[in-house]
Amino acid sequence: MTTNNKIFISGDEAVAQGVKLCRPHVIAAYPITPQTITVERLSEMVEAGEMEGIYMHVESEHSAISAAMGACAVGARTFTASSSQGLLYMAEGLHYCSGGRWPVVMMNANRSVALPWSIYGDQRDSLSLLDCGWIQVYVEDAQEALDMIIQAYKIAEHKDVLTPMMVNLDGFILTHTYELVAIPEQKMVDEFLPVFETPNKMSFEEPKNLGFSSKPDDNTEFKYQQNEAMFNAIDVIRDVDQEFAEKFGRKYYDMVEEYQCEDAEVVLVALGSVCGTIRVVVDKMRAEGKKVGLLKIRYMRPFPEAEVKNLARRVNAIGVIDKDISFGYEGTVYTNVNSAISKIDKYVYKSNFVGGLGGRDITKAEIEEMFDKLFFGVANKSEEKVEFFSLNVETND
Amino acid sequence: MTNLVDIPKVNAKNMTEKEFFYGHKACAGCGGSVAVRLALKVLGERTYTALPAGCMSAVGFIFPQMAFNTNALITTFPGAASMASGIAAGAKALGQKDVKTVVFAGDGGTADIGFQALSGMIDRNDDVLYICYDNEAYMNTGIQKSGLTPYGTKTTTTPAGENLPGSITHKKNMFEIIAAHDIAYAATASIGYPQDYLNKVNKAKHIKGATFIHVYASCPTGWGTPTETSIEIAKEAVDCGLIFLAEYEDGEYKLNRNPKEFASVKDYLKKQGRFKHLNDENIQCITEHRDKKWLRMRKNWL
Ligand SMILES: Cc1ncc(C[n+]2csc(CCOP(=O)(O)OP(=O)(O)O)c2C)c(N)n1
Ligand code: SF4
Repeated sequence: MTTNNKIFISGDEAVAQGVKLCRPHVIAAYPITPQTITVERLSEMVEAGEMEGIYMHVESEHSAISAAMGACAVGARTFTASSSQGLLYMAEGLHYCSGGRWPVVMMNANRSVALPWSIYGDQRDSLSLLDCGWIQVYVEDAQEALDMIIQAYKIAEHKDVLTPMMVNLDGFILTHTYELVAIPEQKMVDEFLPVFETPNKMSFEEPKNLGFSSKPDDNTEFKYQQNEAMFNAIDVIRDVDQEFAEKFGRKYYDMVEEYQCEDAEVVLVALGSVCGTIRVVVDKMRAEGKKVGLLKIRYMRPFPEAEVKNLARRVNAIGVIDKDISFGYEGTVYTNVNSAISKIDKYVYKSNFVGGLGGRDITKAEIEEMFDKLFFGVANKSEEKVEFFSLNVETND
Repeated sequence: MTNLVDIPKVNAKNMTEKEFFYGHKACAGCGGSVAVRLALKVLGERTYTALPAGCMSAVGFIFPQMAFNTNALITTFPGAASMASGIAAGAKALGQKDVKTVVFAGDGGTADIGFQALSGMIDRNDDVLYICYDNEAYMNTGIQKSGLTPYGTKTTTTPAGENLPGSITHKKNMFEIIAAHDIAYAATASIGYPQDYLNKVNKAKHIKGATFIHVYASCPTGWGTPTETSIEIAKEAVDCGLIFLAEYEDGEYKLNRNPKEFASVKDYLKKQGRFKHLNDENIQCITEHRDKKWLRMRKNWL
């Protein structure tokens, strides 16, 4: 079906290749490890004349997102990239961008946030910004990163969505490791992704005032529309993935991907690259006759509530791995999964495993232990738990 | 570079009667709104306007009443220059010809929070005219001190009392800081000298790349002055030498007005509520600071 050319590149480079194929008019990004290679490659592509867009050398992340919004406000397709402290520095602009309904696409290299300083990966940066009104997708490998950049423009720019989108990939684990990645043909991407057109832009034929204030009388209505647009994205995500599969031969199973879940008794839920490790453990435990499965959550916003409920109706226990913590409570993925499960009329044993912070590896042995704990919890009617796994210090429990 | 000598002049007679900024909710006598209105008359219809948080954005865009007849956008407070850079880049990438992007930002948005973005914009030489309307305080949030608030100003965060005469810092040398970026064109102006201001906007309009105008714009509400004296007081600020009219072009400074004698600083200050509390010693301090500055300007710029 496809005539994809395969090359050996890192996740960061895969993102750059994806961006190039989407022909953005303006790229505005500020370097931060581990996203840096993406912006370097993009500026090289512009220099080499492989890309027509303008590469803006902005002086900060705040300016990167501001410039992207400005360009989008005149109808230009834009790209930005960030990570960690840089993403947090953009926070004001992230809310502004979604409220302005500017479909900017961003790559975020998931990285821990200070203090302590750490350049390594966890997901506290993007998950702490879950409420900023951006569509958030998490990818598992470099191929998915490239493909999702292409899908992202199509989803974000859809007239019923007009919402910015963040493509998240785990720092170092995905950004800096090399894989064989299929590069779609430009012609096919051009057919898949139409030229960006939006009613929501300044023009000389029809001048507009954008970014306005609203009174308490109207504000809720604007926010209601923004929320509806997020829900509209669910159908658009499905359609775009389907169309992508038909065109390029790779399918990502929409909002979530179930792995060995049909007859599973206990399931682990996770985002991003750790899903690759979980798959290996699932295969091993399945070979031993244990009915385990993986639910890879791809989209955190909009949240795949229907899919989580559907799974919960079929299993006895769900464990959630969080590479983040909302201090004073629990992992953010867990909060969201738990909220969906609470809406079904059935008891499911649950556990939240918090770890992998600041880049610590999550090992196969640890994942196997999590599955065992879930089986134990169900069999012994144990109390449901939020626990930091494999701590190097003594704890009371 | 554009030959600025050939630019058609603008004046009250040949300027458009079209209003691009009307129906706004600024206070009566607002100098900032005069600065915006005059500049847009020169810049015309094919203008993208970006305004950060501040009085002009607050009074211009209250949904569904929009005061700009041209394309306009409120930016984040720190991101006026970078959002304008993005607009200019987007317009260029889309092949739009004969367009201008202009920023109207207050003194706080320019000299403080938006300074980094402004510096970046000039560094990249993006095709944006940045106009700072200087009312010498954060007016929109209720008259607090900014980096361009002069010594001795009573604001809500620099109250004047027994111990302090209000603000104890002098205005940042904004014009020279901008010039130090080696920008193609920068100027200072005052709404009290409108023709001079119009000429400068006109010049900047015809330069491709980053340009900057710092225009002194009175604020009756923040300054404690009668609404009908707004233009007069902005003129007096120049006449007494606390505000100067100058340009930076092709790497050279130029003083546009070099008065032989200054009008009285004390008279200028004492007409305003924000300076009512100043004693002779404070006024002496302000005058000495002025004199030092003029000594430097005359030595280096003439
Ligand atoms: C990030 C951020 N911080 C603070 C504010 C609050 N704020 C809005 S306008 C303003 C003052 C604006 O002052 P200035 O730029 O001098 O313009 P003026 O109001 O005098 O026209 C402030 C502090 C904001 N909108 N955004
Ligand atoms: S407070 Fe001052 S600057 Fe603001 S609208 Fe009123 S007069 Fe204009």
